[in-house]
Amino acid sequence: MALNSLGREIPDSFAGKKLLPYADPWSLQPHAERSTRAIRRLTHNGSKLVGGLRDAIIASGLKDGMTISTHHSLRNGDSLLNDLVREIDALGIRDIKIASSSVHVVHAELIPYIRKGVITGLECGVNGPIGELISKGELDCPVVVRSHGGRARALICGEVPVDVAFLAAPCCDEYGNFNGYYGPSACGSLGYAQVDAQHAHKVVAVTDNLVPFPAVPVGIPQTVVDFVAQVASLGDPKKIVSSTTRITTDPIGLQIAKYAAMVIRASGYVQDGFSFQTGTGGISLAVAEHVRDMMRQGKVKGSFGGGGITGYFVDMLEEGLFEALFDVQCFDLKAVESIGRNRRHQEMTAGTYANPFNCGSVVNRLDCAILSATEIDVDFNVNVNTESMGYLLHNTGGHCDVAAGAKLAIVVAPAIRGRLPIVRDAVTTVTTPGETVGVVVTERGIAVNDRLPELKAELIRMRAPVKDIRQLRDEIYAITGVPRPIEFTDKVVGLIEYRDGSIIDVVRQVRQ
Amino acid sequence: MAAYQLRRSLLYVPGNMPAMLQNIPLFECDAVLIDLEDAVPLNEKDAARVLVRCFLDQYKARNKEILVRINGLDTKWALDDLKTVLPGLPDGIRLPKADSPEIVERLDTLLTEFEEELGLDIGHFRILPSIETALGVINATSTAKASTRLIGLAFGAEDYTATMEIERTKSGEELFNARMRVLWAAKAAGIQAIDTIFADVNDMEALRRETELIKRLGFTGKCMVNPRQCDVIHDVFAPKAAEVEHALQIIDAIKRAREMGTGVISLHGKMIDAPIVIRAARVLRTAQAHGLVDIEISEEDIYGTE
Repeated sequence: MALNSLGREIPDSFAGKKLLPYADPWSLQPHAERSTRAIRRLTHNGSKLVGGLRDAIIASGLKDGMTISTHHSLRNGDSLLNDLVREIDALGIRDIKIASSSVHVVHAELIPYIRKGVITGLECGVNGPIGELISKGELDCPVVVRSHGGRARALICGEVPVDVAFLAAPCCDEYGNFNGYYGPSACGSLGYAQVDAQHAHKVVAVTDNLVPFPAVPVGIPQTVVDFVAQVASLGDPKKIVSSTTRITTDPIGLQIAKYAAMVIRASGYVQDGFSFQTGTGGISLAVAEHVRDMMRQGKVKGSFGGGGITGYFVDMLEEGLFEALFDVQCFDLKAVESIGRNRRHQEMTAGTYANPFNCGSVVNRLDCAILSATEIDVDFNVNVNTESMGYLLHNTGGHCDVAAGAKLAIVVAPAIRGRLPIVRDAVTTVTTPGETVGVVVTERGIAVNDRLPELKAELIRMRAPVKDIRQLRDEIYAITGVPRPIEFTDKVVGLIEYRDGSIIDVVRQVRQ
Repeated sequence: MAAYQLRRSLLYVPGNMPAMLQNIPLFECDAVLIDLEDAVPLNEKDAARVLVRCFLDQYKARNKEILVRINGLDTKWALDDLKTVLPGLPDGIRLPKADSPEIVERLDTLLTEFEEELGLDIGHFRILPSIETALGVINATSTAKASTRLIGLAFGAEDYTATMEIERTKSGEELFNARMRVLWAAKAAGIQAIDTIFADVNDMEALRRETELIKRLGFTGKCMVNPRQCDVIHDVFAPKAAEVEHALQIIDAIKRAREMGTGVISLHGKMIDAPIVIRAARVLRTAQAHGLVDIEISEEDIYGTE
C-alpha cells in the first residue's frame, strides 16, 4: 500500500497487475514501443462475410482467458455487446475480459454472465448497475476505469491487449470497409472504434447494413478488418442518438451557465482562433449558446469545436464561427447528418482526441472546456465516477484528458443536488486532479484556482461572484450540513486510472 | 438613499416551496416577493409561513430586498402571517388588494405595533400595496399617500382584469388607463411605480415589448414570475450608452459649477440645474447597478455641500 500525491491509498497490485501511484499530470514519460500485432496476408478478393455473430466468434479464434472489445458509439442503444456475450457463453468460452470503450446501463444484461464466470474482468469503466453491484460486493469482477485518452494509450502501448474487437459497423461492405454515417444504426463518428481497429489482434466488423462494395466514405478500411459478420440489428436507433438535445430551462442551471460564460469572457480567449469543447448537458448547451453570442458579437472566427459533437456545434460551424469540428462521437442526429457530408466536420480517433502519449492530441489545442462534476473538493479535485452512496456509477469519459489539455478547464455543477453539498472537503473518488482544473462554477459563486490570479482579478473587476473555494464550501455546508462519510471496507474493487496509466484513486467496496 | 433603491425586477417566490426559497440569494432580481397568498394552497398556509420564517432567520447575508406578500387583511390568515414572519425581519410587506387608503393605514398601525414589540425603529417595515381592482385603481391617488412606509404602488393586472370582467391580452391596451392612473398616483406621491407580471415565461419577445412600453410610460420596475425573465427586464431598464455618457457630463459640469460657486451651468447650450442633476444621478446609479460605469455618486455630488 502506498499513498499517491493526492493522499489516496493505492495498493501495490490489483488483479495480478503491479500499480504505479499517480504523481502529477505531466511528468510520467512513456518507455514503450507501439503495440504490435501479426501482419496478415489475404490473397482472396472475395467476401470476408463469415455469417452471424457466433460464426464470427469461432472464426476469430476467441478462447478462454482472452480480451474482447466493442465501441460505445451506439451508447445506450447498443445491443451488440449483450448479444456477443450471450453467444460467447453459448460456445462455452469462459474467463473473458471486456475492454470496450465504455459499458452502459443497457449492458446490465451482462450481470448473469459475470456471475457465471463468462466475464471475469472489466478493463473499462462502467455506467450503471454493474458498477453498483461491484461496489456493493455482490459481483466479483475487477474494474479498471480509464479515460478516453487513457484507454487509447493503454491499447496503443499494448498495456491492454485486445484479442478480438467486435466493432459495430453501421454501414459496411463485404470486404470490411465501414463508416458510421448511414444505415439504421448510424451513429456518425467512429472515433473510439478507430483505436481498436488499429490495435486489436483480430478485428470483426459487425453490421446490420451490408452495402455493395465499396462502403464510402471509408471510415475504417478493409486493410485492418479480418471478418465481417451480419446481424439483424445492432441496437435501438432511438437510443443511439437523441433527436434533440436541449438547453436547460432550470433557472439555477441557467445561472451557472451565465457565470461560466462570464469566466470564458474574462479569460480573453474568445478571439480569432478560439477553440472550445463542451458536453451535452443542458447547462453545457446553455454555455455554448452564450459563447455563440459572444463570438457573433465580437465577429470572432474560431478555430475548432471538439470532443463529442451536438447540433449546436454543427450550427456554429455552418455559421462560420468555427473553421472545423473535431468529432470523436456524435451526440445527435444533426451531428450524424453533418459528419456524413461536411468535410470540415472531421472524424477524429480517441487517440488523436486525448491520448497523452503521442506527439500532441487535440485536447492540447483547446482554449476553454466545460466539464461537469459529481463532487468537487477544496483542492479543485473532481469526481465523476462515484455517486453519493459511494457506488461506481459513471465512466470518466474525456474528463481528465480535457482538463489536462485545455488552457482553461471550467467545471460547472450545482452547489447542491437533492440535499447533498457538491463542493466539499474531500471527494469520494478523484477522477481529475485539481491541478488541471481552472475554475469551479456553481450558482452560489465562482472559485478560481490560485494558479490563475489574473483571471481571478478580471472576474472581480467584472463583478462576478468570485469566492474562495473554502468559503463556497462553507456557504453550501451552512445549508446542507456536513454529510456523514460513506463507510468502505478495505477491499479494492476497482481502479481509477489517470490518463497516463498511473493510479489516481481506487474504488473500495461500500460497507452495507 | 431609499429613493434610489433599484427595484427593476421583483420576483414572486412561492412561500411553500423550500427548494425555491433556498435559491432566493442566487437570483439576480432586485427584490423578491415571498408569497403566502395566491401561490399557497389553503391547506399549506400555516406550513408556508413557518417555512418562510425559517428561511428568513438563516438568510443573514441579505443581497436583495425581501418583501412578503401576506394574505389580504380581510382574511383570517393575515395576522398570523405578520406575527410569524415579521420577527424574521423582511424589508416590508406586499399588501394585496389595497383597494383603499384605510387598508394601508390598518397595516401601518399593525406594523407599528409589531415594531414596538420587536424593539425596532418605527417605520422599519415598508409597504408595497397592490393596486389590483377597479376600486383600487380609483382610490390609487389617496392610497399612495396613506402611509410614509410606502415605497411604491404595484399594479396587479391579473386581478384587475378579473374584476373588470375582461381578458388580459399580450398587447395590453385594456390596461392602459389603469396603468396611467397608478403612475400618476405614484409620481404625485413621490414613490415608485411597479408594473404587473408577464405570465408567459416562454415569450421573451413579448415580455421585452411590454417592459419597453411600461418603461416609456414611467414605471421603474416590473414584477415577474420566473427568474428567467430577469435578464430581459434588466436589459430594458439598463441605461443606454449615450444616456450614461450624457449623465457623466452633467455630473462633471455641476461639480465644476459648484467650484465656481454657482448651482447652475450650461452644458452644450442647455441649462443644468438641480432636477437635471438628480435625473443624471439616477441614470448613473442604475448604470452602476448594471456594471456599466464604475463610479459612486454621493449625495454631495447631487446636492452640493452646505
